Amino acid sequence: MLTYILRRLLIAIPTLLVISLVIFLIVDFAPGSPASEIPLTISPEVRAKILEAMGVNQPVMVRYGLWLKQFFYVEPLIFYDYLFGTMHAEGMQRIISYQTRGPVFNLIVERIPQTMIVIGTAYFVGILIAVPIGMYSAYRQYSWFDQIGTFIAMIGFSVPTFFTGVLLIVIFAVNLQWFPSIYDTTLQVTDWDSFLKQVKQMVLPVMVLGLFNAAEISRYMRASTLENLNLDYVRTARAKGLGEKTVVLKHVLRNSLIPVVTVIAIGIPTIFGGAIITEQVFKINGIGAGLINAIHANDLPMVQTLTFIFAFLIVSFNLIADILYGLLDPRIRYE
Amino acid sequence: MKLRTMLLSAAALIALAPQAFAERGSDGNVNVLYWQAVSGMNPYLSGGTKEVEASSLVLEPLAGFDQNGDVFARLAVEIPTVANGGVAADFTSITWKLKPELKWSDGSPVTSADVKFSHDYCTAPEGGCAQGGRYEGIASVETPDAATIIVKFKAAKPNPYQAFVGATSPIIQKAQFEKCLGVAASTCTEQNNKPIGTGPFMVTDFKVNDVVSLAANPNYRDPAKPAFATMTLKGGGDAAAAARAVMETGEVDYAWNTQINPDLQAQMKAGGKGVFVNAFGTLVERIEMNLTDPSPALPEGERSTVKHPHPILSDIKVRTALSMAIDRTLLVAVGYGEAARPTCNLVPAPAIYASDNTGCIAQNIDGAKALLAEAGWADSDADGILDKDGKKLSLLYQTSVNAVRQDFQALVKGWWNSIGVEVELKAIDAGVYFGGDAGSPDTFQKFYADVEMYANNFDGTDPEPYLAGYLCDKIPGPSNQWQGENVNRFCDPAYDAMVAELGKSQDPAKRGELAKKLNDMLTKDSMVIVPLADRGRLSAHSNTLAGVVLNVWDSELWNASDWSRVK
Repeated sequence: MLTYILRRLLIAIPTLLVISLVIFLIVDFAPGSPASEIPLTISPEVRAKILEAMGVNQPVMVRYGLWLKQFFYVEPLIFYDYLFGTMHAEGMQRIISYQTRGPVFNLIVERIPQTMIVIGTAYFVGILIAVPIGMYSAYRQYSWFDQIGTFIAMIGFSVPTFFTGVLLIVIFAVNLQWFPSIYDTTLQVTDWDSFLKQVKQMVLPVMVLGLFNAAEISRYMRASTLENLNLDYVRTARAKGLGEKTVVLKHVLRNSLIPVVTVIAIGIPTIFGGAIITEQVFKINGIGAGLINAIHANDLPMVQTLTFIFAFLIVSFNLIADILYGLLDPRIRYE
Repeated sequence: MKLRTMLLSAAALIALAPQAFAERGSDGNVNVLYWQAVSGMNPYLSGGTKEVEASSLVLEPLAGFDQNGDVFARLAVEIPTVANGGVAADFTSITWKLKPELKWSDGSPVTSADVKFSHDYCTAPEGGCAQGGRYEGIASVETPDAATIIVKFKAAKPNPYQAFVGATSPIIQKAQFEKCLGVAASTCTEQNNKPIGTGPFMVTDFKVNDVVSLAANPNYRDPAKPAFATMTLKGGGDAAAAARAVMETGEVDYAWNTQINPDLQAQMKAGGKGVFVNAFGTLVERIEMNLTDPSPALPEGERSTVKHPHPILSDIKVRTALSMAIDRTLLVAVGYGEAARPTCNLVPAPAIYASDNTGCIAQNIDGAKALLAEAGWADSDADGILDKDGKKLSLLYQTSVNAVRQDFQALVKGWWNSIGVEVELKAIDAGVYFGGDAGSPDTFQKFYADVEMYANNFDGTDPEPYLAGYLCDKIPGPSNQWQGENVNRFCDPAYDAMVAELGKSQDPAKRGELAKKLNDMLTKDSMVIVPLADRGRLSAHSNTLAGVVLNVWDSELWNASDWSRVK
């Protein structure tokens, strides 16, 4: 097992390097220039000076090398300094966003909490809803509950979040005025009232994303439960005279969860990635909204850094999912 | 609708009168929504409107522009003029005096050293200052005493109100930014996000591209202002959502630039919680004619260069006919509603510079057909498209990807088809079109098309630099990496001479006359530039917010110190 993990980790290094290069080249070769963000009222000479100061004009490989150094050396050093109050990174050039002319990592650190709270809650709520629904749908296959569950999952899966988001805003924020349509990122949870306010402003985005996540996971859960229900060990358990409750909740549930846990683990990087569209619709200043802003502004360092972090998370969680799979299912052994 | 808006604002003003004497911070919090989020509070690092406007709440220049485009004193005691001796008779220097006992929000005194430092900050090499244009032509900034600033120009400057005037050229605190000169500018995150200023508000918290929290500046020079204790300037979403937040849900008091289509405007008004305000500046949506040949048959480096005149559009009759076929009134009604009006001018304002040219407003399809016939174009093969000497009258019409622009393209194409012109449409991503990348064939400067459409305006109230963009030597081409404002490749020695004359003229009346002539030379006399619509600013504010005066000459939040809550 240990050698397996080590081998996977070693393979991950060249994989990530190749990914970073590919991302950098794609983002760089994509049409568009940060200059388009500079108003036309600014004269070409001044414009050229601004671009010069951004370092846009350097050759692509020089910029890639610099980015590698900043990402893998300078930024970790800054983090180390921050943790231990040292000054190793003093005066080093950090990854600077074209858009804000400030360090990219400051933006990320500022945005991570909102994304984690909102998208993370939505993911969690989605799982909580999906697992029982998926189980019960399978247990009572083709019942009215299963049919409705399938229908809702279909809707959750196929209706895009920018539609459900705006629809919920129109119903609950504009007409009923129950919940705000704008997420207030300055809200500090200090007491019961502000906590309620926080819950209130999270309801709509969590509903939108929760529906989407639950739809996906409940289908996996249903399929996996169905498969298990017909297996011999279930028949054996019933033949032993075990109650339905024990059979389903103990034997079937645990075994059906194995593939679902993998799906859930692989889905976790999307929490960090934020829900680009939902964050935009509800004006949550998360990572997803940050990425889309950066893409609009042709802010290469920001897009590059964010997409690479996503790539890194996806590679890591794939590994984690594989390991979890091995731990949960004793039949699977990695050599 | 206009009348109703006026009546409403009159009623609001009456309701407000007793509140004119409100105390500082008595009206609680005000919510402002900029749907393009603010990415920094230092206008010298970002030229974007949103950053300039947000920072204007905190940072102030010596003088600003009011809603009529007139200069008024902010930190200065008065506006220096030739009459009061503040401006040298030969326009080679201007002397500013600071108001007495001015304080930064941290309590320290504002001195002439801060003003001089603002100039040094923006002109520091490798700083990439976005507002460098406002400090051009300055020989030196001198500070004989703590309250006096003398700006000496390299040559006579008929419009001396550029440096330290308007929201794009504010005064920053020397003590705070001293270590942020040149390359160090982008390392000063704290300073760039929370500048110390003299304005009515100060930044208490800044979340990049999201929200700016502000509080009333305790050291603001008017002890009764601002009426609001705090301001939240939120960003994100789109124009329609911003308008909805003011007009329908009432969550926000003021929404910036709510450019939405006329149908949606009407729908939002029914919400009844707010009003739209509009004002017109100098932003003109126009069609530019390419006077050079963009044909792909030409070798790279010669396409769209002055070497090859345009085979069709070099004829003024064709250009005029194309302009005559356009119904500008309809375009405006479809695309902008109250937020624009038809225009024939490149310089539509201020009044002193605006030509009385309205000849293009009435559409004249028959006239256009007659002109084309006169120019020798006829439909010899009866396919509905005019031709001459075996060449078809076919044009490539490009613009940026944008719902309104693409509507305009479709309408204009219809009219041009009806006079026998074949039109091919092309829409380019704005990031590429305005990106100015010399390697891309699709930038508006490279102009690999016959006609193109976009909008442009000028900073402040003086059109001289704007009109100077159409000099012969501002033509983009391979020799200058395709940079330059003269995208039409217009070149007329008489025009160049007149711009030079404008640069030397100091009498406002004379300047106005020259600017009008220059405007006419580009528009009605040559039809090289075909203006379509004078696009105003459309913003929305809640019925409970009083004191909003929309200003297109300076920051839209220029008078936020005067805002108050209707009780």
